[in-house]
Amino acid sequence: MTLVTTERPTTGRPTTERPTTERLVDQFQLGLDAPICLTWELTYACNLACVHCLSSSGRRDPRELSTAECKTLIDEFERMQIFYVNIGGGEPTIRRDFWELVDYATDHHVGVKFSTNGSRITPEVAERLASSDYVDVQISLDGATSDVNDAIRGIGSFDTAIRALERMAAAGFVGFKLSVVVTRQNVSQLDAFKALADKYQAQLRLTRLRPSGRGADVWDELHPTADQQRTLYAWLLAHGEQVLTGDSFFHLAGYGESLPGLNLCGAGRVVCLVDPVGDVYACPFAIHDEFLAGNVRSPGGFDRVWKSSDLFTDLRRPDTGGACRSCGSYDACRGGCMAAKFFTGLPLDGPDPECVLGNGEALLAAVGDTVLPQSSPDHSRTSPRTAPGGPDLSGPSATPVAVALLPRRPDRACDENPLAAFDPHSHPH
Amino acid sequence: MPPTVPTGTTSFDSSLPWALHPQVSLRPESFGALAYHFGTRRLSFLKSPTLLAVVSSLAAQPTGRDACTAAGVAPDDLPNYERALTTLAESGMICERRAP
Repeated sequence: MTLVTTERPTTGRPTTERPTTERLVDQFQLGLDAPICLTWELTYACNLACVHCLSSSGRRDPRELSTAECKTLIDEFERMQIFYVNIGGGEPTIRRDFWELVDYATDHHVGVKFSTNGSRITPEVAERLASSDYVDVQISLDGATSDVNDAIRGIGSFDTAIRALERMAAAGFVGFKLSVVVTRQNVSQLDAFKALADKYQAQLRLTRLRPSGRGADVWDELHPTADQQRTLYAWLLAHGEQVLTGDSFFHLAGYGESLPGLNLCGAGRVVCLVDPVGDVYACPFAIHDEFLAGNVRSPGGFDRVWKSSDLFTDLRRPDTGGACRSCGSYDACRGGCMAAKFFTGLPLDGPDPECVLGNGEALLAAVGDTVLPQSSPDHSRTSPRTAPGGPDLSGPSATPVAVALLPRRPDRACDENPLAAFDPHSHPH
Repeated sequence: MPPTVPTGTTSFDSSLPWALHPQVSLRPESFGALAYHFGTRRLSFLKSPTLLAVVSSLAAQPTGRDACTAAGVAPDDLPNYERALTTLAESGMICERRAP
Protein backbone atom coordinates (compact mmCIF):
# COMPACT_ATOMS: atom_id res chain seq x y z
CA MET A 1 0.00 0.00 0.00
CA THR A 2 1.20 3.51 -0.74
CA LEU A 3 1.30 5.55 2.41
CA VAL A 4 1.73 8.99 0.91
CA THR A 5 0.16 10.83 -1.93
CA THR A 6 1.39 14.26 -2.81
CA GLU A 7 -0.92 16.71 -4.37
CA ARG A 8 -0.91 20.36 -5.32
CA PRO A 9 -4.24 21.47 -3.92
CA THR A 10 -4.70 24.55 -6.04
CA THR A 11 -4.81 22.16 -8.94
CA GLY A 12 -6.22 18.97 -7.58
CA ARG A 13 -3.34 17.50 -9.50
CA PRO A 14 -1.03 14.89 -8.08
CA THR A 15 2.66 15.51 -8.37
CA THR A 16 4.01 12.10 -7.61
CA GLU A 17 1.26 9.61 -8.14
CA ARG A 18 -2.46 9.57 -8.46
CA PRO A 19 -4.53 9.33 -5.32
CA THR A 20 -6.67 6.63 -6.78
CA THR A 21 -6.55 4.16 -3.95
CA GLU A 22 -10.18 3.55 -3.21
CA ARG A 23 -9.58 3.91 0.44
CA LEU A 24 -8.64 7.58 0.20
CA VAL A 25 -11.52 8.42 -2.11
CA ASP A 26 -13.85 6.60 0.26
CA GLN A 27 -12.47 8.64 3.12
CA PHE A 28 -13.14 11.83 1.22
CA GLN A 29 -16.64 10.64 0.45
CA LEU A 30 -17.21 10.35 4.20
CA GLY A 31 -15.95 13.88 4.78
CA LEU A 32 -12.97 15.37 6.56
CA ASP A 33 -12.62 17.26 9.85
CA ALA A 34 -12.21 20.45 7.83
CA PRO A 35 -12.45 21.24 4.14
CA ILE A 36 -9.41 20.89 1.89
CA CYS A 37 -10.69 23.50 -0.47
CA LEU A 38 -12.78 26.32 0.93
CA THR A 39 -14.08 29.11 -1.25
CA TRP A 40 -14.95 32.33 0.52
CA GLU A 41 -16.80 34.94 -1.44
CA LEU A 42 -16.16 38.23 0.32
CA THR A 43 -18.71 40.41 -1.43
CA TYR A 44 -21.47 40.30 -3.99
CA ALA A 45 -20.32 43.70 -5.25
CA CYS A 46 -18.66 43.67 -8.65
CA ASN A 47 -17.67 46.29 -11.19
CA LEU A 48 -18.29 43.78 -13.98
CA ALA A 49 -21.45 41.88 -14.89
CA CYS A 50 -20.19 38.68 -16.51
CA VAL A 51 -23.04 36.84 -18.17
CA HIS A 52 -22.08 33.52 -16.56
CA CYS A 53 -21.44 34.76 -13.00
CA LEU A 54 -21.88 31.81 -10.62
CA SER A 55 -22.95 34.03 -7.76
CA SER A 56 -25.12 36.48 -9.75
CA SER A 57 -22.96 39.27 -8.38
CA GLY A 58 -23.30 42.99 -8.93
CA ARG A 59 -24.60 44.83 -5.90
CA ARG A 60 -23.20 44.55 -2.40
CA ASP A 61 -25.49 42.82 0.08
CA PRO A 62 -26.12 45.01 3.15
CA ARG A 63 -25.88 41.93 5.36
CA GLU A 64 -22.31 41.12 4.32
CA LEU A 65 -19.93 40.10 7.10
CA SER A 66 -18.22 43.00 8.84
CA THR A 67 -14.46 43.25 9.13
CA ALA A 68 -14.66 41.96 12.72
CA GLU A 69 -16.85 39.04 11.68
CA CYS A 70 -14.46 38.17 8.86
CA LYS A 71 -11.56 38.13 11.31
CA THR A 72 -13.50 35.90 13.70
CA LEU A 73 -14.11 33.53 10.81
CA ILE A 74 -10.40 33.55 9.91
CA ASP A 75 -9.62 32.69 13.55
CA GLU A 76 -11.93 29.74 13.16
CA PHE A 77 -10.22 28.66 9.92
CA GLU A 78 -6.93 28.79 11.77
CA ARG A 79 -8.26 26.64 14.61
CA MET A 80 -9.61 24.11 12.11
CA GLN A 81 -6.26 24.16 10.28
CA ILE A 82 -7.77 25.16 6.99
CA PHE A 83 -4.47 25.71 5.25
CA TYR A 84 -5.67 28.19 2.67
CA VAL A 85 -8.84 29.75 1.34
CA ASN A 86 -9.86 30.66 -2.18
CA ILE A 87 -11.23 34.17 -1.96
CA GLY A 88 -13.63 35.37 -4.62
CA GLY A 89 -16.81 37.32 -5.05
CA GLY A 90 -18.04 39.46 -6.68
CA GLU A 91 -14.81 41.32 -7.05
CA PRO A 92 -13.19 40.82 -3.65
CA THR A 93 -10.71 43.70 -4.00
CA ILE A 94 -13.66 46.11 -3.97
CA ARG A 95 -14.01 45.62 -0.23
CA ARG A 96 -12.25 48.44 1.60
CA ASP A 97 -10.87 45.99 4.13
CA PHE A 98 -9.66 43.51 1.50
CA TRP A 99 -5.93 43.91 2.15
CA GLU A 100 -6.48 44.09 5.88
CA LEU A 101 -8.25 40.72 5.70
CA VAL A 102 -5.58 39.19 3.45
CA ASP A 103 -2.89 40.29 5.91
CA TYR A 104 -4.92 39.03 8.85
CA ALA A 105 -5.37 35.62 7.22
CA THR A 106 -1.73 35.16 6.32
CA ASP A 107 -0.65 36.34 9.79
CA HIS A 108 -2.89 33.58 11.16
CA HIS A 109 -1.51 30.76 9.03
CA VAL A 110 -4.34 30.78 6.54
CA GLY A 111 -2.93 31.12 3.04
CA VAL A 112 -4.92 33.10 0.49
CA LYS A 113 -5.54 32.64 -3.18
CA PHE A 114 -7.85 35.27 -4.56
CA SER A 115 -9.66 35.64 -7.86
CA THR A 116 -9.90 39.03 -9.50
CA ASN A 117 -10.86 40.61 -12.79
CA GLY A 118 -7.62 42.57 -12.52
CA SER A 119 -9.15 46.02 -12.34
CA ARG A 120 -7.42 46.86 -9.07
CA ILE A 121 -4.05 45.31 -9.79
CA THR A 122 -2.02 48.51 -9.85
CA PRO A 123 1.77 48.34 -10.21
CA GLU A 124 2.00 48.92 -6.43
CA VAL A 125 -0.43 46.07 -5.69
CA ALA A 126 1.49 43.77 -8.04
CA GLU A 127 4.74 44.62 -6.20
CA ARG A 128 3.12 43.92 -2.89
CA LEU A 129 1.74 40.57 -4.08
CA ALA A 130 5.09 39.56 -5.53
CA SER A 131 6.72 40.08 -2.15
CA SER A 132 4.28 37.90 -0.22
CA ASP A 133 4.90 34.21 0.37
CA TYR A 134 1.35 33.34 1.32
CA VAL A 135 -0.78 35.00 -1.33
CA ASP A 136 -1.58 33.65 -4.75
CA VAL A 137 -3.57 35.43 -7.43
CA GLN A 138 -5.92 34.26 -10.11
CA ILE A 139 -6.84 36.64 -12.92
CA SER A 140 -9.98 35.81 -14.86
CA LEU A 141 -10.14 35.97 -18.62
CA ASP A 142 -12.71 34.18 -20.77
CA GLY A 143 -11.40 34.87 -24.25
CA ALA A 144 -7.89 34.96 -25.70
CA THR A 145 -9.09 37.86 -27.84
CA SER A 146 -11.06 40.90 -26.75
CA ASP A 147 -14.11 40.07 -28.89
CA VAL A 148 -14.60 36.63 -27.36
CA ASN A 149 -13.75 37.77 -23.83
CA ASP A 150 -15.71 41.01 -23.78
CA ALA A 151 -18.88 39.30 -25.04
CA ILE A 152 -18.85 37.35 -21.76
CA ARG A 153 -17.18 39.70 -19.30
CA GLY A 154 -18.06 43.13 -20.68
CA ILE A 155 -16.50 45.75 -22.90
CA GLY A 156 -12.98 46.68 -21.85
CA SER A 157 -12.52 43.71 -19.52
CA PHE A 158 -9.98 42.06 -21.84
CA ASP A 159 -7.70 45.10 -21.79
CA THR A 160 -8.09 45.35 -18.02
CA ALA A 161 -7.07 41.74 -17.49
CA ILE A 162 -4.12 41.96 -19.89
CA ARG A 163 -2.89 45.09 -18.13
CA ALA A 164 -3.04 43.19 -14.83
CA LEU A 165 -1.09 40.29 -16.35
CA GLU A 166 1.55 42.74 -17.55
CA ARG A 167 1.84 44.32 -14.13
CA MET A 168 2.13 41.00 -12.35
CA ALA A 169 4.86 39.90 -14.74
CA ALA A 170 6.65 43.24 -14.41
CA ALA A 171 6.62 42.86 -10.62
CA GLY A 172 8.28 39.48 -10.97
CA PHE A 173 5.41 37.32 -9.71
CA VAL A 174 6.06 34.00 -11.41
CA GLY A 175 3.36 31.35 -11.46
CA PHE A 176 0.22 33.35 -10.71
CA LYS A 177 -2.87 31.92 -12.35
CA LEU A 178 -4.66 32.88 -15.55
CA SER A 179 -8.15 31.50 -15.02
CA VAL A 180 -10.45 30.65 -17.90
CA VAL A 181 -13.98 29.25 -17.93
CA VAL A 182 -14.18 27.02 -21.00
CA THR A 183 -17.09 27.92 -23.28
CA ARG A 184 -18.35 27.03 -26.72
CA GLN A 185 -16.90 30.35 -27.91
CA ASN A 186 -13.38 30.02 -26.49
CA VAL A 187 -12.67 26.30 -26.69
CA SER A 188 -10.92 26.92 -30.02
CA GLN A 189 -8.52 29.28 -28.22
CA LEU A 190 -6.95 26.82 -25.77
CA ASP A 191 -3.53 27.10 -27.40
CA ALA A 192 -3.82 30.89 -27.44
CA PHE A 193 -4.66 30.92 -23.71
CA LYS A 194 -1.64 28.74 -23.04
CA ALA A 195 0.56 31.09 -25.05
CA LEU A 196 -0.79 34.08 -23.11
CA ALA A 197 -0.10 32.40 -19.79
CA ASP A 198 3.42 31.47 -20.90
CA LYS A 199 4.09 34.99 -22.10
CA TYR A 200 3.42 36.41 -18.62
CA GLN A 201 4.99 33.48 -16.74
CA ALA A 202 1.58 32.60 -15.38
CA GLN A 203 -0.01 29.19 -15.08
CA LEU A 204 -3.12 28.47 -17.09
CA ARG A 205 -6.15 27.26 -15.18
CA LEU A 206 -9.20 25.99 -17.05
CA THR A 207 -12.51 25.38 -15.35
CA ARG A 208 -15.91 24.15 -16.34
CA LEU A 209 -18.87 26.39 -17.10
CA ARG A 210 -21.69 25.68 -14.65
CA PRO A 211 -25.37 26.46 -15.10
CA SER A 212 -25.31 28.27 -11.76
CA GLY A 213 -26.20 31.87 -10.93
CA ARG A 214 -26.45 33.89 -14.14
CA GLY A 215 -24.72 30.95 -15.80
CA ALA A 216 -28.13 29.29 -15.88
CA ASP A 217 -29.40 31.96 -18.27
CA VAL A 218 -26.63 31.44 -20.81
CA TRP A 219 -25.71 27.81 -20.29
CA ASP A 220 -27.58 26.61 -23.38
CA GLU A 221 -25.62 28.98 -25.61
CA LEU A 222 -22.26 28.78 -23.86
CA HIS A 223 -21.64 25.23 -22.72
CA PRO A 224 -19.28 23.27 -25.00
CA THR A 225 -20.82 20.94 -27.56
CA ALA A 226 -20.17 17.20 -27.38
CA ASP A 227 -17.48 17.48 -30.07
CA GLN A 228 -15.85 20.34 -28.21
CA GLN A 229 -15.83 18.33 -25.00
CA ARG A 230 -13.83 15.63 -26.75
CA THR A 231 -11.39 18.23 -28.10
CA LEU A 232 -11.03 19.68 -24.63
CA TYR A 233 -10.44 16.25 -23.11
CA ALA A 234 -7.70 15.45 -25.62
CA TRP A 235 -6.12 18.86 -25.05
CA LEU A 236 -6.14 18.43 -21.27
CA LEU A 237 -4.64 14.95 -21.50
CA ALA A 238 -1.91 16.26 -23.82
CA HIS A 239 -1.02 19.12 -21.46
CA GLY A 240 -1.17 17.13 -18.23
CA GLU A 241 0.68 18.81 -15.42
CA GLN A 242 1.14 22.13 -17.16
CA VAL A 243 -2.48 23.17 -16.96
CA LEU A 244 -4.56 23.38 -13.79
CA THR A 245 -8.23 22.42 -13.72
CA GLY A 246 -9.24 22.49 -10.06
CA ASP A 247 -10.54 18.97 -10.67
CA SER A 248 -13.22 20.65 -12.74
CA PHE A 249 -13.62 18.21 -15.60
CA PHE A 250 -13.94 14.86 -13.89
CA HIS A 251 -17.14 14.22 -15.83
CA LEU A 252 -14.88 13.82 -18.91
CA ALA A 253 -13.30 10.73 -17.34
CA GLY A 254 -16.12 8.80 -18.98
CA TYR A 255 -14.12 9.00 -22.23
CA GLY A 256 -11.64 6.52 -20.82
CA GLU A 257 -8.50 7.74 -19.14
CA SER A 258 -9.08 9.79 -16.01
CA LEU A 259 -7.73 13.29 -15.90
CA PRO A 260 -5.40 13.90 -12.96
CA GLY A 261 -7.18 14.83 -9.76
CA LEU A 262 -9.44 13.37 -7.14
CA ASN A 263 -12.24 12.68 -9.60
CA LEU A 264 -15.11 13.01 -7.26
CA CYS A 265 -17.69 15.60 -6.33
CA GLY A 266 -16.27 17.11 -3.17
CA ALA A 267 -19.38 19.11 -2.25
CA GLY A 268 -19.82 19.18 1.51
CA ARG A 269 -17.16 16.47 1.80
CA VAL A 270 -13.86 18.20 1.04
CA VAL A 271 -15.20 21.43 -0.49
CA CYS A 272 -17.61 24.15 0.53
CA LEU A 273 -18.49 27.79 0.00
CA VAL A 274 -18.93 30.60 2.50
CA ASP A 275 -20.84 33.43 0.84
CA PRO A 276 -20.58 37.15 1.67
CA VAL A 277 -23.41 37.03 4.24
CA GLY A 278 -21.89 34.00 5.95
CA ASP A 279 -24.14 31.36 4.43
CA VAL A 280 -22.37 28.04 3.97
CA TYR A 281 -23.18 26.12 0.80
CA ALA A 282 -22.00 22.67 -0.27
CA CYS A 283 -19.95 24.06 -3.14
CA PRO A 284 -19.32 27.33 -5.02
CA PHE A 285 -21.59 26.21 -7.84
CA ALA A 286 -24.60 25.45 -5.66
CA ILE A 287 -25.87 28.72 -4.25
CA HIS A 288 -29.40 27.53 -3.59
CA ASP A 289 -31.45 26.83 -0.46
CA GLU A 290 -31.30 23.14 -1.30
CA PHE A 291 -27.53 23.19 -0.67
CA LEU A 292 -27.48 25.70 2.18
CA ALA A 293 -26.01 24.01 5.25
CA GLY A 294 -26.11 26.91 7.72
CA ASN A 295 -24.58 30.27 8.54
CA VAL A 296 -21.29 31.13 10.20
CA ARG A 297 -23.11 33.63 12.45
CA SER A 298 -25.15 30.90 14.12
CA PRO A 299 -24.05 29.31 17.42
CA GLY A 300 -21.12 26.98 16.87
CA GLY A 301 -20.04 28.99 13.85
CA PHE A 302 -18.52 27.49 10.74
CA ASP A 303 -17.07 24.55 12.63
CA ARG A 304 -20.49 23.29 13.62
CA VAL A 305 -21.93 23.78 10.14
CA TRP A 306 -19.06 21.84 8.60
CA LYS A 307 -19.05 19.03 11.12
CA SER A 308 -22.68 18.47 11.94
CA SER A 309 -25.13 20.23 9.64
CA ASP A 310 -27.89 17.93 8.38
CA LEU A 311 -27.05 18.69 4.76
CA PHE A 312 -23.36 17.89 4.98
CA THR A 313 -24.04 14.78 7.04
CA ASP A 314 -26.41 13.67 4.32
CA LEU A 315 -23.94 14.41 1.51
CA ARG A 316 -21.33 12.26 3.26
CA ARG A 317 -23.46 9.15 3.14
CA PRO A 318 -22.22 6.55 0.67
CA ASP A 319 -23.38 7.31 -2.85
CA THR A 320 -25.52 4.64 -4.47
CA GLY A 321 -24.96 5.84 -8.02
CA GLY A 322 -28.67 5.83 -8.80
CA ALA A 323 -29.49 5.64 -12.50
CA CYS A 324 -25.76 5.64 -13.31
CA ARG A 325 -24.97 2.57 -11.23
CA SER A 326 -25.18 0.13 -14.11
CA CYS A 327 -23.01 2.31 -16.37
CA GLY A 328 -19.48 1.04 -16.96
CA SER A 329 -18.10 4.54 -16.62
CA TYR A 330 -19.60 5.31 -13.23
CA ASP A 331 -16.39 4.57 -11.33
CA ALA A 332 -14.60 7.06 -13.57
CA CYS A 333 -16.99 10.01 -13.62
CA ARG A 334 -18.98 9.33 -10.41
CA GLY A 335 -22.07 10.74 -12.10
CA GLY A 336 -20.53 14.17 -12.67
CA CYS A 337 -21.38 17.52 -11.12
CA MET A 338 -24.21 17.82 -8.61
CA ALA A 339 -24.78 21.51 -9.31
CA ALA A 340 -24.84 21.02 -13.09
CA LYS A 341 -27.55 18.41 -12.66
CA PHE A 342 -29.58 20.41 -10.21
CA PHE A 343 -29.72 23.65 -12.17
CA THR A 344 -30.58 21.88 -15.41
CA GLY A 345 -33.45 20.07 -13.71
CA LEU A 346 -31.88 16.60 -13.74
CA PRO A 347 -32.09 14.16 -10.83
CA LEU A 348 -29.02 14.28 -8.60
CA ASP A 349 -28.52 10.53 -8.73
CA GLY A 350 -28.52 10.40 -12.53
CA PRO A 351 -26.14 11.47 -15.30
CA ASP A 352 -24.49 14.87 -15.67
CA PRO A 353 -26.12 17.10 -18.34
CA GLU A 354 -22.81 16.93 -20.22
CA CYS A 355 -22.40 13.15 -19.73
CA VAL A 356 -19.89 12.19 -22.42
CA LEU A 357 -21.88 9.06 -23.24
CA GLY A 358 -24.86 11.23 -24.10
CA ASN A 359 -27.01 9.96 -21.23
CA GLY A 360 -27.76 13.48 -20.06
CA GLU A 361 -29.11 14.80 -23.34
CA ALA A 362 -32.22 12.65 -23.53
CA LEU A 363 -33.08 13.53 -19.96
CA LEU A 364 -32.54 17.23 -20.65
CA ALA A 365 -34.95 17.03 -23.57
CA ALA A 366 -37.54 15.56 -21.23
CA VAL A 367 -37.06 18.43 -18.77
CA GLY A 368 -38.09 20.76 -21.60
CA ASP A 369 -39.71 24.00 -20.54
CA THR A 370 -40.34 23.13 -16.92
CA VAL A 371 -39.47 25.93 -14.53
CA LEU A 372 -36.00 25.14 -13.27
CA PRO A 373 -34.49 25.88 -9.88
CA GLN A 374 -32.42 29.04 -9.80
CA SER A 375 -29.66 30.22 -7.53
CA SER A 376 -31.25 31.82 -4.50
CA PRO A 377 -29.89 35.32 -4.01
CA ASP A 378 -29.58 37.47 -7.13
CA HIS A 379 -27.39 40.54 -6.68
CA SER A 380 -27.25 41.40 -10.37
CA ARG A 381 -27.38 45.13 -11.03
CA THR A 382 -29.65 44.50 -13.99
CA SER A 383 -31.15 41.10 -13.75
CA PRO A 384 -31.11 39.30 -17.09
CA ARG A 385 -33.99 37.33 -15.65
CA THR A 386 -36.17 40.41 -15.55
CA ALA A 387 -38.68 40.07 -18.34
CA PRO A 388 -39.91 43.28 -19.99
CA GLY A 389 -42.68 44.66 -17.81
CA GLY A 390 -41.58 42.45 -14.94
CA PRO A 391 -40.81 43.69 -11.45
CA ASP A 392 -37.98 46.17 -11.06
CA LEU A 393 -35.27 44.29 -9.24
CA SER A 394 -32.68 47.01 -9.29
CA GLY A 395 -34.01 48.99 -6.37
CA PRO A 396 -32.95 48.56 -2.77
CA SER A 397 -36.19 46.81 -1.88
CA ALA A 398 -35.53 43.96 -4.28
CA THR A 399 -35.86 40.59 -2.61
CA PRO A 400 -34.81 37.13 -3.70
CA VAL A 401 -38.43 36.08 -3.35
CA ALA A 402 -39.51 38.29 -6.22
CA VAL A 403 -36.80 36.79 -8.40
CA ALA A 404 -37.80 33.28 -7.55
CA LEU A 405 -41.27 33.87 -8.98
CA LEU A 406 -39.90 34.59 -12.43
CA PRO A 407 -39.25 31.95 -15.04
CA ARG A 408 -35.57 31.11 -14.95
CA ARG A 409 -34.76 31.56 -18.56
CA PRO A 410 -36.10 33.87 -21.25
CA ASP A 411 -37.77 32.11 -24.17
CA ARG A 412 -34.99 33.30 -26.39
CA ALA A 413 -31.88 35.38 -25.93
CA CYS A 414 -33.16 38.84 -25.23
CA ASP A 415 -31.55 42.07 -26.36
CA GLU A 416 -30.06 42.64 -22.94
CA ASN A 417 -27.98 39.55 -23.37
CA PRO A 418 -24.55 40.62 -24.68
CA LEU A 419 -24.38 37.32 -26.51
CA ALA A 420 -27.61 37.90 -28.41
CA ALA A 421 -25.76 39.02 -31.52
CA PHE A 422 -22.76 36.83 -30.91
CA ASP A 423 -21.72 34.49 -33.67
CA PRO A 424 -18.88 32.25 -32.58
CA HIS A 425 -18.10 31.30 -36.19
CA SER A 426 -17.10 34.85 -36.97
CA HIS A 427 -14.38 34.70 -34.34
CA PRO A 428 -11.68 32.33 -35.48
CA HIS A 429 -8.54 31.98 -33.37
CA MET B 1 5.38 35.20 -4.54
CA PRO B 2 6.05 32.14 -6.67
CA PRO B 3 6.05 28.92 -4.75
CA THR B 4 9.60 28.13 -3.80
CA VAL B 5 10.61 24.76 -5.09
CA PRO B 6 12.74 23.10 -2.45
CA THR B 7 16.30 22.89 -3.58
CA GLY B 8 18.90 20.41 -2.54
CA THR B 9 16.29 17.85 -1.53
CA THR B 10 18.01 14.57 -1.08
CA SER B 11 16.63 11.13 -1.16
CA PHE B 12 15.66 9.82 2.22
CA ASP B 13 18.37 8.20 4.33
CA SER B 14 16.86 6.59 7.39
CA SER B 15 20.14 6.64 9.28
CA LEU B 16 20.14 10.45 9.35
CA PRO B 17 18.21 12.86 11.58
CA TRP B 18 15.09 14.36 9.98
CA ALA B 19 12.41 16.92 10.79
CA LEU B 20 9.22 18.29 9.38
CA HIS B 21 9.97 21.33 7.19
CA PRO B 22 9.28 24.52 9.20
CA GLN B 23 6.77 25.70 6.58
CA VAL B 24 4.71 22.50 6.80
CA SER B 25 1.55 22.06 8.87
CA LEU B 26 0.01 18.73 9.75
CA ARG B 27 -3.73 18.23 10.20
CA PRO B 28 -4.75 14.88 11.68
CA GLU B 29 -7.66 13.14 9.92
CA SER B 30 -9.27 9.76 10.50
CA PHE B 31 -7.25 8.19 7.69
CA GLY B 32 -3.95 9.71 8.87
CA ALA B 33 -3.24 13.35 8.14
CA LEU B 34 -3.03 16.13 5.63
CA ALA B 35 0.32 17.88 5.33
CA TYR B 36 0.44 21.29 3.71
CA HIS B 37 3.60 23.09 2.65
CA PHE B 38 3.05 26.85 2.67
CA GLY B 39 6.15 27.44 0.56
CA THR B 40 5.38 25.11 -2.31
CA ARG B 41 1.59 25.12 -1.80
CA ARG B 42 1.62 21.36 -1.97
CA LEU B 43 -0.65 19.07 -0.08
CA SER B 44 0.24 15.52 0.87
CA PHE B 45 -2.01 12.84 2.22
CA LEU B 46 -0.45 10.71 4.93
CA LYS B 47 -2.51 7.61 4.61
CA SER B 48 -1.99 6.01 8.01
CA PRO B 49 -2.10 7.23 11.60
CA THR B 50 1.21 5.43 12.16
CA LEU B 51 2.86 7.49 9.43
CA LEU B 52 1.53 10.62 11.12
CA ALA B 53 3.13 9.43 14.37
CA VAL B 54 6.41 8.82 12.55
CA VAL B 55 6.44 12.23 10.89
CA SER B 56 5.41 14.02 14.08
CA SER B 57 8.22 12.44 16.06
CA LEU B 58 11.00 12.89 13.48
CA ALA B 59 12.42 15.99 15.12
CA ALA B 60 12.65 14.29 18.51
CA GLN B 61 14.35 11.10 17.30
CA PRO B 62 18.03 10.66 16.46
CA THR B 63 17.32 9.09 13.07
CA GLY B 64 14.47 8.45 10.66
CA ARG B 65 14.55 4.77 11.49
CA ASP B 66 14.32 5.49 15.21
CA ALA B 67 11.22 7.57 14.54
CA CYS B 68 9.68 4.59 12.74
CA THR B 69 10.55 2.17 15.51
CA ALA B 70 9.29 4.51 18.21
CA ALA B 71 5.99 4.82 16.39
CA GLY B 72 5.62 1.05 16.41
CA VAL B 73 6.49 0.24 12.79
CA ALA B 74 7.25 -3.48 12.54
CA PRO B 75 10.59 -4.43 10.92
CA ASP B 76 8.76 -6.00 7.95
CA ASP B 77 6.94 -2.75 7.38
CA LEU B 78 10.02 -0.53 7.44
CA PRO B 79 10.55 -0.48 3.66
CA ASN B 80 6.97 0.79 3.21
CA TYR B 81 7.53 3.62 5.62
CA GLU B 82 10.93 4.47 4.21
CA ARG B 83 9.33 4.75 0.79
CA ALA B 84 6.71 7.09 2.19
CA LEU B 85 9.37 9.21 3.89
CA THR B 86 11.32 9.30 0.63
CA THR B 87 8.27 10.74 -1.14
CA LEU B 88 7.92 13.33 1.61
CA ALA B 89 11.61 14.22 1.41
CA GLU B 90 11.49 14.61 -2.36
CA SER B 91 8.57 17.03 -2.13
CA GLY B 92 10.30 19.00 0.62
CA MET B 93 7.75 18.11 3.32
CA ILE B 94 10.49 16.76 5.57
CA CYS B 95 14.11 17.78 5.55
CA GLU B 96 17.39 16.59 6.92
CA ARG B 97 18.18 18.00 10.31
CA ARG B 98 21.66 19.06 11.29
CA ALA B 99 22.74 17.01 14.28
CA PRO B 100 22.81 19.15 17.43
